[in-house]
Amino acid sequence: MAKRIVVDPITRIEGHLRIEAEVKNGKIADAYSSGTMVRGFEIILKGRDPRDAWAFTERACGVCTTVHALASVRCVENALGVAVPPNAELIRNLMFCAQYLQDHVVHFYHLHALDWVDVVSSLKANPTETARIAQSISNWPKSSPKYFSDVQNRIKTFVESGQLGIFANAYWGHPAYKLPPEVNLIGVAHYLEALDWQKEIVKVHTIFGGKNPHPNYLVGGAPCSLDQDDSSAINAERLAFVGTLIDQALEFVEQVYIPDLMAIASFYKDWFSIGGGLKNYLVYGDLPVSGYNDPSNFKFPRGAILNRNLNEIHEVKGDDPDQVREYVTHSWYKYQNGDDKALHPWVGETEFNYTGPKPPYENLNVDGKYSWLKTPRWKDNPMEVGPLARLLVAYGSGRDDVKEVITEALGKLNAPVTALFSTLGRTAARGLETRLVAHWMKEFYGMLLSNIKNGDTRTFNKEKWEPKTWTTEAKGVGLSEAPRGALAHWIVIKDEKIENYQLVVPSTWNASPRDLNGNQSAYEASLMETPMANADQPLEILRTIHSFDPCIACAVHLYDPKGKHINQVSIS
Amino acid sequence: MIKVPGCPPIGEVMAGVIVYVLAFGRLPQLDGLGRPKAFYAKRVHDSCYRRPFYDAGLFVESWDDESAKRGHCLYKMGCRGPVTYNACGITRWNDGVSYPIQSGHGCIGCSEESFWDNGPFYRHLASFPGFGIETTADKIGTVVGAVTVGGMAAHAISTNIRKRKLIKDKIEENNQKADKEEGGK
Repeated sequence: MAKRIVVDPITRIEGHLRIEAEVKNGKIADAYSSGTMVRGFEIILKGRDPRDAWAFTERACGVCTTVHALASVRCVENALGVAVPPNAELIRNLMFCAQYLQDHVVHFYHLHALDWVDVVSSLKANPTETARIAQSISNWPKSSPKYFSDVQNRIKTFVESGQLGIFANAYWGHPAYKLPPEVNLIGVAHYLEALDWQKEIVKVHTIFGGKNPHPNYLVGGAPCSLDQDDSSAINAERLAFVGTLIDQALEFVEQVYIPDLMAIASFYKDWFSIGGGLKNYLVYGDLPVSGYNDPSNFKFPRGAILNRNLNEIHEVKGDDPDQVREYVTHSWYKYQNGDDKALHPWVGETEFNYTGPKPPYENLNVDGKYSWLKTPRWKDNPMEVGPLARLLVAYGSGRDDVKEVITEALGKLNAPVTALFSTLGRTAARGLETRLVAHWMKEFYGMLLSNIKNGDTRTFNKEKWEPKTWTTEAKGVGLSEAPRGALAHWIVIKDEKIENYQLVVPSTWNASPRDLNGNQSAYEASLMETPMANADQPLEILRTIHSFDPCIACAVHLYDPKGKHINQVSIS
Repeated sequence: MIKVPGCPPIGEVMAGVIVYVLAFGRLPQLDGLGRPKAFYAKRVHDSCYRRPFYDAGLFVESWDDESAKRGHCLYKMGCRGPVTYNACGITRWNDGVSYPIQSGHGCIGCSEESFWDNGPFYRHLASFPGFGIETTADKIGTVVGAVTVGGMAAHAISTNIRKRKLIKDKIEENNQKADKEEGGK
């Protein structure tokens, strides 16, 4: 008989996600993914100044901050027909890269590693042996026996006091953990180091955008000014600071993240054949080298792959009414002309229609509506988005730098390219693109310095700043790649105000419920057939779902009618 | 209850509040809205390093113009510093690296009640209800002397005369209001 297991909330993610899975004969026979909180930014934005939208949408999430601001300013610029100066593009790229570096490293060490690394087992490690292994995979200078025994003592204090703290919530000792104690100890040591490092790299946002989370953006450019001869602008001191942060990031990624990823992956190669899920991949592309309007020069190329055919990259267009469309058949929304229709975001609707059970409940009615996420489709196909999709489209587009990084890593793991279609492939792809992004960031930095040297310091195009220069009605789409995948905002402007605004976010693509035709989205599909060692400790579900880096905060968000958060934490 | 507003609040401020409770074993002094005075007693405007330019009447008129490069005041670009109580200008963000105004964008007032509905963000403040009052502005009467750029001095002086009149009126209005509120308690 099938056993229904429920994981709610899935922890070590941002936001609220519920997975219901049916386990039959030790394998997952069916799976349902539900976003259990509602977002509603679309409603909040109606009637506002389009130039303000970035500040609202950016606040969808504090983890992948900046990404919604970028998609937002792009959709407004697209509607108004304004191109930003090259320096503004470069500053946006630098902020984008910093976001990826921080986000991916935090995901690997703090949200995902503990699915593979057993913290408690690290106490049994021999520090000298740990140092030997660490030194054999990387020349990171901290890998001495003394260093690892110090880390071990810190963990021991946690465990002995009965307060595991940040390590409290996990299935320690689960049979699916395969690493030797020494590799576990390396993982834990770098978990702690990554915590320190991640707060450094975000300073790139602080320098250009004034703060992190939620740095400032601007429709038409970047809000900061460049002037090497003034103490108030982005000058040589500020730029040198950015340069140092990039160099530190490169070191951390090359000497810590990638070696750890490769070492851990080598013990879990069976996960190269688990969790593949959908066979379709969608990428909007990002990191423009010669302007946002020239996608052929993006570092992450735009395109779609169907049925894992890497030899054919399909063209993706955000303004084509037949490409991206959203269903609400299984989502708690109501469409005016019937829930069997799929709507392009320019004519998208956001009307809540909760039909689910009253909490607390045991199971969702998955035959009806069961999620606050809509179900986006590309030409009616369910698509996976994210690092794996990006690398596959770049690979299929013949990008040499991407191919080289993939080939090198898979060579070391003795795995074919097709191994990427898996849980471990997704996790590896995230690490490999982090490596690429760190190097690209250095390139963008060089380009910015070179522009300044050549006398171009412009960061803003004021042509369309004043609303009186706008047409009465305008429509725009802003395509981007959030760390978690394809992100786009669609805007309709009327009489200088937002008439309609729709966000279709990466986790909506991946975590959405079924569509009209009963097709699963990426999370649900990826869980099918997953072997479960112990259904009461569903570590395997966590591995696959975490491999997508769920960030449900931007897919769903809860406010009361006055716009206040429902949850409040208070001390007195 | 201690309120530490901001979207998000400054990390160091959050830490500071927790350290206060742990180190001193009591709640920090709070203002009328429950915010720790240590971090929320001053307006961003009062601690802004660009404040001298406000006082001198030197403003950014358009993004990335010459004034923007010189770090002049962002008031005309919609800066909410004058009506926002927070420690951004003092503590700054992410280990003191910068804060929104230092990086060229006005404050959007994210630590103020319902800040998202106090917009739009780029319209300058005077046209808004609840426009803050220059409580420390009485100290700035002599600021004209600080303006050294000849070409700008005339403009600055006339701006200041207008502004000082406005400030004076506002202070009086504010004092009357404060008296009333005081009487009501």
